[in-house]
Amino acid sequence: MSFFTHFGKFILMIKGMFTRPENYRMYWKELMHQCAELGIGSLGIVAIISVFIGAVSTVQTAYQLVSPLIPMSTIAQIVRDTVILEFSTTLTCIVLAGVIGSKIASELGNMRVSEQIDALEIMGINAKAYLIMPKILAALIVIPMLVIISMGLGIWGGRFAGQAAHILSTETFDRGLLYAFKPYNVTFALTKAYTFSFILTGIPAYYGYHVQGGALEIGRASTAAVVTSCIMILLADYVLAAIML
Amino acid sequence: MIEIRNIKKGFNDRTVITDVSAILEPGKCNLIIGSSGSGKTVLMKCIVGLFEPDEGSILYDGQDFTKMNEEEKKLMRQQIGMLFQGSALFDSKTVEQNVMFPLEMFSKSTSAEKQKRVDEVLDRVQLREAHKKYPAEISGGMKKRVGIARAIVLNPKYLFCDEPNSGLDPQTSLVIDKLIREITTDFKITTVVNTHDMNSVMEIGDKIIYMYQGRKEWEGNNKEIIFSKNELLNKFIFASDFLQDAKDMRMLEMKGKIDNDRNMDDLLK
Repeated sequence: MSFFTHFGKFILMIKGMFTRPENYRMYWKELMHQCAELGIGSLGIVAIISVFIGAVSTVQTAYQLVSPLIPMSTIAQIVRDTVILEFSTTLTCIVLAGVIGSKIASELGNMRVSEQIDALEIMGINAKAYLIMPKILAALIVIPMLVIISMGLGIWGGRFAGQAAHILSTETFDRGLLYAFKPYNVTFALTKAYTFSFILTGIPAYYGYHVQGGALEIGRASTAAVVTSCIMILLADYVLAAIML
Repeated sequence: MIEIRNIKKGFNDRTVITDVSAILEPGKCNLIIGSSGSGKTVLMKCIVGLFEPDEGSILYDGQDFTKMNEEEKKLMRQQIGMLFQGSALFDSKTVEQNVMFPLEMFSKSTSAEKQKRVDEVLDRVQLREAHKKYPAEISGGMKKRVGIARAIVLNPKYLFCDEPNSGLDPQTSLVIDKLIREITTDFKITTVVNTHDMNSVMEIGDKIIYMYQGRKEWEGNNKEIIFSKNELLNKFIFASDFLQDAKDMRMLEMKGKIDNDRNMDDLLK
């Protein structure tokens, strides 16, 4: 299938989600379930990645800043901006594309193959709206929150590593952290987070929903979903940076 | 009543259903039989609207389902219950939650009323003890019964069963057949069953449609099927030598009985 066929089917899938819910309470329940599943389920991995990325950033930046003319507090500035602008959004979302994306694709693929999606349709339920919409909405709610948590933990990790490795004191780090801070960077990071949230749920949902065959095809769909999501995240990252910075 | 008029359906260049017309009678078990790949499942999926037929129409009590918009189809589907080949139970929900799901989605009853209805249907399929179990924890036969319970919980007018006996032992198959028969009679619904199980054909086949290579080859009931002269049908139902011998013996037996009855009449004269 060509790119345009996939794109057309993806747009039709998204369009198909927008119908009046059969029962608002059930949709709300599903949305809350997905928020818990995607948010709390991913919190651990996001926390671990963020702390280590911040720590590594501090150590490596210190390693590269060899000039005595550059103040040590610059390390904190660099760590802050790299974590906010890139690591907490792009890297976290790429990891989430693997964690959440494969889960969504295999879950929907399994539901398709075992006729559970047909069962929903037969009951008179819009399966796209009931199964996909809550996942995308939940991601749009919880992933930006995870990104904010990741920013905090990343910077904390950097601060901790700086002190633990005797690179710079916490006071110096805090001074650098507050120096020349641009709130626009957070706006930019959150814009990226919303865009990536849509990509890393919408694309796997598309692959999972359209699976045909059996277990082998579910596996293939899951892999294709993660690979495509990652590529699209990187592409969107570049486009947004080019437009907004 | 469901009326199928000149249904045609194909995928890519391959025609799967060729000009099938039939009437599925209310309050009866209507069976669609045929060997694997004969188009039974595709025909059933066309009838329930999971596939859109390329040509033809499907009328539910005179209303053309193929011409309905999405909202009208959704409303119509609330009158349809379906048991899928693999049961299609939601893995993440317990037996009780699976059966409760359509009620929660569509019923405006109170929680207590919904719970009562779930208990009723689970009792009906003799599964009271499995309320809290997950689909992975129950047997194939139990899954089918949960599937039936879920299909009938909203009191549908039409019940569709896609190969309800596939993967089940003969004894459990009989239990499922009996259940389908009882539900059809008790609730006076139009039941359509896809099967290639000959026990089911003889047990519940009020009306039988035999499909062969995507077309309707024969139509009748379980009384007529055994005496049918249709070669393709005979090849299908008496596929093994054992069954053919059994049929021949039954024919001889019946012939003998008829002869004996005649002799008796002669003696009485």
